[in-house]
Order: sequence, then C-alpha cells, then structure tokens
Amino acid sequence: MAERIRIRLRDIINQEERLAPGHRLCAGCAEPTIVRQILHAIDGPVVVSAATGCLEVSTTVYPYTSWRVPWIHNAFENAATTISGAEAAFKALKRRGAIPEDKQITFVAFGGDGASYDIGLQFISGALERGHKFIYVCLNNEAYMNTGIQRSGATPRGAHTTTSPAGDVLPGKTQWRKPFTRIMAAHDIPYVAQAAPHNWRDLMTKAKKAARANGPAVLNVLAPCPRGWRHATDGALNISQLAADTCYWPLYEVENGTKVTVNYKPRDKKPVADWFKTQGRFRHLFRPANADLLEEIQEKVDQEWERLLHEEECSA
Amino acid sequence: MAVESKYMPLDGANAVSQAMRQIDPDVVAAYPITPQTAVVQNFSQYVADGIVHTEFVPVESEHAAMSACIGSEVSGARTMTATAANGLALMWEELYIASGMHLPIVLTVVNRALSGPLNIHCDHSDSMGARDSGWMQLYAETGQEAYDNTIQAVRIAEHSDVLTPIMSCQDGFITGHGVERVGLLPDEAVRDFVGSYEPELTLLDTDRPATFGAWDFTDYYFEHKREQSEALIKHALRVIREVGREYEELSGRPQPILDMFGMDDAELAIIVLSSTGGTARAVARELREKGDKVGVIRPRVYRPFPDDMLVDAIKDCKAVAVLDRAISFGSPQGGGPVFTDLTAALYNHGVVGLPVVDYVYGLGGRDTLPPMIESVYDDLAEVAAEGDRGAMVRYLGLRE
Repeated sequence: MAERIRIRLRDIINQEERLAPGHRLCAGCAEPTIVRQILHAIDGPVVVSAATGCLEVSTTVYPYTSWRVPWIHNAFENAATTISGAEAAFKALKRRGAIPEDKQITFVAFGGDGASYDIGLQFISGALERGHKFIYVCLNNEAYMNTGIQRSGATPRGAHTTTSPAGDVLPGKTQWRKPFTRIMAAHDIPYVAQAAPHNWRDLMTKAKKAARANGPAVLNVLAPCPRGWRHATDGALNISQLAADTCYWPLYEVENGTKVTVNYKPRDKKPVADWFKTQGRFRHLFRPANADLLEEIQEKVDQEWERLLHEEECSA
Repeated sequence: MAVESKYMPLDGANAVSQAMRQIDPDVVAAYPITPQTAVVQNFSQYVADGIVHTEFVPVESEHAAMSACIGSEVSGARTMTATAANGLALMWEELYIASGMHLPIVLTVVNRALSGPLNIHCDHSDSMGARDSGWMQLYAETGQEAYDNTIQAVRIAEHSDVLTPIMSCQDGFITGHGVERVGLLPDEAVRDFVGSYEPELTLLDTDRPATFGAWDFTDYYFEHKREQSEALIKHALRVIREVGREYEELSGRPQPILDMFGMDDAELAIIVLSSTGGTARAVARELREKGDKVGVIRPRVYRPFPDDMLVDAIKDCKAVAVLDRAISFGSPQGGGPVFTDLTAALYNHGVVGLPVVDYVYGLGGRDTLPPMIESVYDDLAEVAAEGDRGAMVRYLGLRE
C-alpha cells in the first residue's frame, strides 16, 4: 500500500526555487507557477528537458538561465525523446559503474500543447511504448503561443487564433480539441492525469504520484495565457478555477490505463459560457449568430464530462 | 609493433556492427532502414546475448534516433547510431543540433539515394545533403575500411580539440552487403584504443547543474557558429591524421587522408570517393602497365575538405576528372559536391589552367564498370592533348 501523499506548505516554502526568478515569461503567465509547483513536489534530484516554446525561450536567454537543475533543450517535438536518451544513458552509466547504483534522478520533460498534441505526439508515444521512467508534462495553453497564438490540436472549437480566426464566415476553430489525455491513457502507462494550477494541492499530489510511477507518467496541465486568451493579466488562476467549475477542464487521473478517478466535482457546475466570457478569444461566440455553436460546445463539454464520470464508475 | 587481426568473411554492415561490439558504446538509439538494417540487427543480437553492455533504445523514427542520441551523449554516455538515405534526411535538424552542441556522436551512414523517386540503392545524395551540417565525414572504400573508420571515428570525434560529431560512410549494398575478407583487431586492442569518454560537464551531474541548448539572440549565435567552424578547419584534419597514425601502428594498416595510386607521376587523375575508387584503381593499374601515366585519388576524408592536400596532389597533372555520386542540383552546370569543392580549392590556391571535368555517376545504384572508367581516362587524354576541357559536367553510365 503506497505511503499517503502529503503536500506540506511548511516544507515547500523552505525549499530552494528550482526555477529562479528573473526569467522573461509574460506577467501573469501560468507556466512558471505550474513548473515551480511540479518541481517543488518532486523529491530529490531532477533533470529537465524542455521543448521549444514559451517556457524554453523565456528561461534560457544565453548567457542567462533560470534553471537551477540540469536542463536541456533540443528541438520542438522531442523533449520526451531527449529525456529518453538521458534516461538510457543514466541506466548505462550505472551499469558501467560511472554513476553510483543508488543515485536517484527524476526525469521530467516539459512541452507545450504544440509540442505535445501535434508535432511531438509520435515522440511521446514512442517514449511511452518503450517504458522509460520519466514524467511528461504538457503545459497546455491551447495554441502555439510562442510563435504568435496559432491554432493547435488543443485549441477548442470556437476559439479565435491567428490561424483559425473568427471572421465573417468562420467562427474561429471549427474542429474540437484532440483528446490528448485520453490518448496518453490509452497507452496503458502507470499514471496519467489532468490538472490545473489553481488547485495546487491536487497538481502537486499528481506530480508526486507521477514521480513514484514505475514507468512513464503524463500530466496535462491547463496553463491560462493572458496574452493569447485575451484575459486580465492577473486572471490566470481564477480562470483555471472556472475551467474546472464548468467541467471544461476536468481534474482527473487514470492509473494503468484503466482506473479513472475524477478528483474534483463542482458542487455548482457552471455553464461553459461563463468561462468563455472571461476571455477575448471567445468574444465572437456571444454574437446572436453563434448561439447554436455555443450550445453545441456546451453539449460537447457535458458529453465528455458524463463519459468521464461513467468511466470512473465502471473502473471502481 | 602491430597487433594481428583475425580475418573473417563479413559484409560491410557486419564489419561495422563488429566494430560497434568491440567499442561497446553506452547507448545505441537507432531505427532500421535499408541498407543499414544489418548494422542494427546484428547489434541487437549482441545486446540480447549480453555480449555488450550497451543500452539499446529502439526508437520510433530516425529523428527520434538522433534526438535520443543527443540526450544520451550530453548525459556523458558514448553514443552511436546508423542510418541511410531518407533516415538521414529525417534527422536533418537534429544533425545541426548535435554539431551545434559539440556532441561527439558516431553515425554510420550506409549510403543510399534520397527519394524521390524512391530508390534503395547506392549513391551519395544522402550524406552529401548533410555536408553543411557541421559533421565530419569519412568515406570507406571497403568493409575493412568501414571497420577501421568506425573505431577511429570515436577517438576523432571525442578529441578535446574537435568535439564534433562524425559520419562514417560506406556504399549501400556494394560495400554494405558485399562480403569481403575483413581483419578484426582483438577486442582488448579496440577497447584500449577507444578508451573511455569523460566529458567535462554532463546533464546528469546534478551537483553542478548546467543548461544545455540555451537560446541565442543575435548577439551570440554568430560566435557560437564560428567556434564550431574552427574545430573543423583548424583541428580536425590534424586529429584525423594523428589518430590515423596511432591506428596504423596498432593495426599495421595505413590510414591515409587521401588514398593515392600512381600519383607520383600521374598526368591524368581521377578523384573519387568510396567503392568506385577500387574500380578506378583496378583500371588505372592496367593502364599503367601499358605505360599510361594515370592515377587515382580516393579521399577517405571529405569533411573537413582536405583542400591543401588535394591541390598539392593534382597541381602537376594535365587533366583531372572528379567522379561525383551525387548531383548538387542547381550548382554551376549541375555538378556534384566534390567537384564544386575541389575546383574552388584549385582557384583559391592560385592553380589556374588545370582542366577539371566532373562526371556524375552511379546515381540510384547504377553500376559503374571498368570500361566506363577507361572512357574517363580516354576523355582526359583528349582534354590534355587538345588543351580544351570541353563539357564541364558529364554523366557516366547514363542512358541517353
């Protein structure tokens, strides 16, 4: 029976920040909050890889770095694969005696939704299939933000992005978002979870579970983006809460591909329109002409929520 | 005192996997593609039989192969891989990242034509397409040389004055699948020769955390690229020569940068890479017996380009032919890369008036037979006699 996981603020505030302040992420960006929560939650040494994206460019402007842990950036699609190589080296060097047998390292790969849902999907899948022991964290701000807010597989239907703009004929992205978390869970790996930064206790617990998993683990974390979502600079965490309260972004976990646990069920489930209202990227959805679309999106969110609850029941 | 090699019948791919077995790298991350498959298959068997200590990562694509190699090498693990053709093309962005990060990865390329059209046979379009990627390139004529080059490659790449990744190339099918008598050094001799890989800083050194692959603004990228270039143009050839000498002492087999035949007095010379060098030499030998002053130069090293040595070798010739097994599309008159580099070198060394003709040959595995080589020497004789180079770029073995 696994030891009960406790998140103690008292311990956390005395830890050194593994991501140092002074980086260049936008004011109000949720990513550094998420990264810090995760790195605080993981005990012992970590080695981090990051995909090309906001986090990577903003934290390592040569000759400066914000990372107080070993860190590598390779390219856009291959954070998981780069870490696979590092993890393989770790095993090989231990075997050779170059690294002590009892040395522990937790390998963590960070990628945005662009890197994870789209260009890097194959690479993550391969790393999961090979069973490397690492944590893959998707920092999901629902578009290719670093290159200027272009649509990704994670962008929800109806969202305005620069490559799926709301125009006179089209109302933003016409396709629904790719079910990345489900795809990850379908690999039957030890641990997959969806999380969000407002519920830091939940996110940090999940990071600890991921670190303890006997194999690959994936965390898909919603990362509100003031710039790309067009919301108030200080709004990220409230918007994160609202995403969970509307069931647009359920907080849940899947163990070994089968056991589903929904970690948060809002007492008072809010309509997804409440969430859309907070962000400029959905502003056009409130035109009368788009009323049907708004309804379809609500139906879709409800459908996915019901399905998730059903899966939880079935796997109990 | 040279150590004795044990001779075995091996094809080129097997020769390389034997070298890899003896090197016993920490990590191999590879994806299969004809005609490299045997390299990785054989190595997988060694892993399965516990003959090597290597951690084998069966990646899901060639881009993943080089991505994993980068993650592994930066972690302080000696890392090797192999590919060909479109596999090399698929890892293109990673090649630049590997060299940009000064990672001494050793890559065997079993040369095969790039698609399209799809063709699985030998030509040099794959590795030539990567000639600007910052990797060193060695080209082997035989399976023996492929074996010898692979072992030396480790030392060349890891040398502290170089720290640059290296491709060790051999002709697909012709060499890769061709069985020859290959002399293998004793296992301990190879082990001692390659030694161990001890980089200064690694990704796994959690006590001294470092950031690898930072983002350069306009104020640093240029200087970083210059550093890369210096390793190649100032140090690499010297190191290749030194390692070659050490290897010759060990094996008894000379490791020239330019393999030269008949060049002491050759008036007509052919410059050619890889297996066709053997064909050219056989033809040249026969012609020399008839009294023709012909010669063959087969560069073992293409990157860095040994311009001083090549110019020196041919400057007194009357006519020279370069045989290119790749077209550099859109280059002056559609010539190949070796021709383009060589003629630039001649001009830059102030050698004028020496006629050089480019022959594009063997694309897509087109067989290149002795009579074709003879026709080149005939052409060169004509060029020399008439003092007229004629067509700058020609085709050898093309059906018209």
